[in-house]
Amino acid sequence: MYRTLIKDLYMEARIFNVRAIVAALVAIVLISLLLARLFQLQITEHDHFDTLSNNNRVRLMSSEPNRGLIYDRHGMVMAENRPTFSLDIIPEEVDALDTTLSQLGNLISLSESDIKGFNKSIKRRKPFQSITLRSNLSEKEVAILAVNRYRFPGVDFKTKLTRYYPMGSSAVHVLGYVGRIDEDELQRVDSSQYNGSSPIGKIGIESYYEKELRGQRGYQKVEVNVQGRVLRVLDETPPIPGKDLVLSIDAGLQATAEYAMGDNSGAMVAIEPETGEVLAMVSMPIYDPNLFVHGISQKAYTALQSGGQRPQFNRALSGQYPPGSIMKPFIGLGGLDASVIGVHDEVFCEGYFMLPNEERQYRDWKRTGHLDTTMKKALAESCDVYFYKMSYLMGIDRISSFLDQFGFGKKMGIDTTSEQTGLLPSREWKQKTKNTIWYPGETLITGIGQGYMLATPLQMASATATLSMRGLRKPPYLLKAMRDHQTGEMIDSQPPEHKQISIKSNRHWSNIINGMKEVVHGRHGTARLIGEDLTYTMAGKTGTAQVYGIAQGEVYDEESLAKKLRDHALFTAFAPIKKPKIAATIIIENGGSGGRVAAPIVKQVIDHYIHKNYSKNAR
Amino acid sequence: MRADYFESNDSGRLKLLQSLRLDPPLTLALLLLTAFGLGILYSADSQNIDLIFRQLTRLSLAFGVMVLMAQIPPQNFRLWAPWIFLLGVILLASVLVFGDVGKGAKRWLDFGIVRFQPSEMMKLAAPMMVAWFFADKPLPPSFKHLLIALILVIIPTMLIAKQPDLGTSLLIAAAGFFVIYFAGLKWKLLVGFGMIITALTPVVWHYMHDYQRRRVLTFLNPENDPLGSGYHIIQSKIAIGSGGLYGKGWLNGTQSHLDFLPERSTDFIFAVFAEEFGFIGVIVLLALYVFIVIRGLVIASQAQDSFGRLLAGSLSLTFLVYLFVNVGMVSGLLPVVGVPLPLVSYGGTSMVTLMAGFGMLMSIHSHRRLLRQ
Repeated sequence: MYRTLIKDLYMEARIFNVRAIVAALVAIVLISLLLARLFQLQITEHDHFDTLSNNNRVRLMSSEPNRGLIYDRHGMVMAENRPTFSLDIIPEEVDALDTTLSQLGNLISLSESDIKGFNKSIKRRKPFQSITLRSNLSEKEVAILAVNRYRFPGVDFKTKLTRYYPMGSSAVHVLGYVGRIDEDELQRVDSSQYNGSSPIGKIGIESYYEKELRGQRGYQKVEVNVQGRVLRVLDETPPIPGKDLVLSIDAGLQATAEYAMGDNSGAMVAIEPETGEVLAMVSMPIYDPNLFVHGISQKAYTALQSGGQRPQFNRALSGQYPPGSIMKPFIGLGGLDASVIGVHDEVFCEGYFMLPNEERQYRDWKRTGHLDTTMKKALAESCDVYFYKMSYLMGIDRISSFLDQFGFGKKMGIDTTSEQTGLLPSREWKQKTKNTIWYPGETLITGIGQGYMLATPLQMASATATLSMRGLRKPPYLLKAMRDHQTGEMIDSQPPEHKQISIKSNRHWSNIINGMKEVVHGRHGTARLIGEDLTYTMAGKTGTAQVYGIAQGEVYDEESLAKKLRDHALFTAFAPIKKPKIAATIIIENGGSGGRVAAPIVKQVIDHYIHKNYSKNAR
Repeated sequence: MRADYFESNDSGRLKLLQSLRLDPPLTLALLLLTAFGLGILYSADSQNIDLIFRQLTRLSLAFGVMVLMAQIPPQNFRLWAPWIFLLGVILLASVLVFGDVGKGAKRWLDFGIVRFQPSEMMKLAAPMMVAWFFADKPLPPSFKHLLIALILVIIPTMLIAKQPDLGTSLLIAAAGFFVIYFAGLKWKLLVGFGMIITALTPVVWHYMHDYQRRRVLTFLNPENDPLGSGYHIIQSKIAIGSGGLYGKGWLNGTQSHLDFLPERSTDFIFAVFAEEFGFIGVIVLLALYVFIVIRGLVIASQAQDSFGRLLAGSLSLTFLVYLFVNVGMVSGLLPVVGVPLPLVSYGGTSMVTLMAGFGMLMSIHSHRRLLRQ
């Protein structure tokens, strides 16, 4: 006890030295521990952290490719890209956002939805990403903002190329339009090529050839700091612009047809029979596709929908109409081929036809009848009874299979969207869909293009073209050629495979075509009005498709019927007869008479085409 | 004998250092380290030369304080120890009452011209006090003396933990504890002590502040909260790991220059260094620190009385704790506690304190009465 109170300096120093050595050892152990940890991070797991470090700083930024242009067959621009200005804001660089917005609102028009949309995207964006406040600024607005720009740090213009359709509403149903991609589309497309603000073809050629028109996105590898601000570009892959398309459409012809159709609703398709190239494809009414490029406003959309004319409905491809008497040349050809009636045989028409053992009268449009009628006369005057008899003798099975060769009842496979099949009735079809047997009376009305039969204007025009080429069937298509921007090479498109419809005697083609020539050029032809001053030969066929069923014994009075219930007026034709250059079919909804209303419009269009392209050798 | 070696050295510069009562190896190591630090800081803070000048000013001040402290004979430190300690405790108490709030904690005293952190002063005052207490006691200490020494350590520790400043209070506890250790704490007791601390962990947890608990939890699993408190550690590990063996090169660290690494000129400056200089640079830097610690322990063992010996030993080991806690924290080995990388991190107070400590070491070493044979 006493001893411990005395300080033993020697022992104290010894204790201390032992402890200092232990401490030094501990220090070395601790430092080794740190080194082991650092070895683990820097050597063992280096690759992992190196990747993380690069992920931190390297971002991929994409750049949109320029969309391919669309030309008509003569090189006229139908769809192009124009620079548009948008007003973009980087919120990080703006001091007082609210005041800036209200001051900008004094300079240019800012709608409530602009500001709402802006506030919405602020929450969803990455730091230092600019947000569009207003797009599609007018030149005046750009000028005003340019002068005042110094007042607004963080506010800038952005130029980007956006789709523009210089012809406005003309050919809208051919081209379709592009618009901002929507959620569903974003799910379907290749996510490396699109983002939420990419434009995408919505309908028509723009949609069908989206892949070709779009091109490939470019990428920039950039280094960013923690706020996402781009500091430098590390690597760059430039975008590959989309391919230019040359369409078979003749823009001048298209506009002529649209003009000729005036205020009527309806459709018209013109085809070059030799190739199947679609020269014009009109659906009326038309609308301006430019409305959709920046997203259509609610007001404009409501205006588009009002009036009940459904301008967005592509009647040329989606409109399925009863073809009416337009079918008669085809039924006639089938009948001659089946030898049910000889080409010079006469059928007596007393104004109606009756099936054996049946009371019902199947009426001719001419109550007094056509009397003795040959094939030529039957076509020229559109005798119903002749074709009632012919189809009765043929039977539905032979009619169906014959018409099938022209492409009725199925898609023609044209290279655009919205095509419908139409309807070619048959015994099997009726059994399957209506679950009843086929009645002989239904055969008769099929023979004059009524009843269940439905066809699109494209089908009718294509069938007419096939007829004009005496059975050489060239399926219709729109894309003539494509130009690759990188090689500058123009590549012709591969036309769809053609077929030859074979019948027993090729003379029957002439027999039918002669009948159709009588329609236009004959003294009693239903379209004789247009034949008077023709400078070339034309074969045609009028049609009047019933929208409204006429009861037995009742007389159809055009005047007293509301326009909505009036018959559709149809006309199909090709010219010149010897070497057909154009085949066209028109349907005027509720137009009334095919000969008086539809035929003159077709004449105008074919006139334009023949005179412009073949004025010297056409006569 | 060793001292003789330096004193008989012919080099004029070393003589100059000796005439300033500075220990040449320690001084050179400190100069080298601070030069290193300036280089890293230049890179860490986007080549901000203003910052370098401010740090240089602080360094000059700190070296000045070191030289000043080296002139004061250690007997004076021993004399003043109780008074400095008492003043420190009073100041700490008044910080709790009147202190300025900075970053959610009361740490500063504002005297109008100078803002002063009394906890810094306590980093020196606490080991001085405990060393003073043991200086005239027979060693190894009796159990009673041990308890008194413990109380002397616990008082400032608790006061600082209350601010709250977990990092500093741990450093002060460590500094005080090291004195006890060097005084001859029995190994058995040392082990028992360790066990008690382990057992006390849940109790400590209970008294911890939310942000302190969060730090501990984040340390245990930083990926849990990658954008919040785990962000520091994740980015720091990425910086260190991506440095690899040779590093990305001075001024080329992407983690630091692109702002991914937070607090990169202060607490996380080691990550900047590791990113740019790699594992090889890290070995060199740590070797320099180890040299300083070992040199400190050598000085301590050559001290001629208990007070000097205990104080010098404690200061050297505390320096090691600084380093270990900081590097451990930055590399994800320890929880994030606000301990700077000694003599490298940007910041004034702790640097002055550290250099004052080294000044005391040098005073202890240079005021020995020479016993020539």
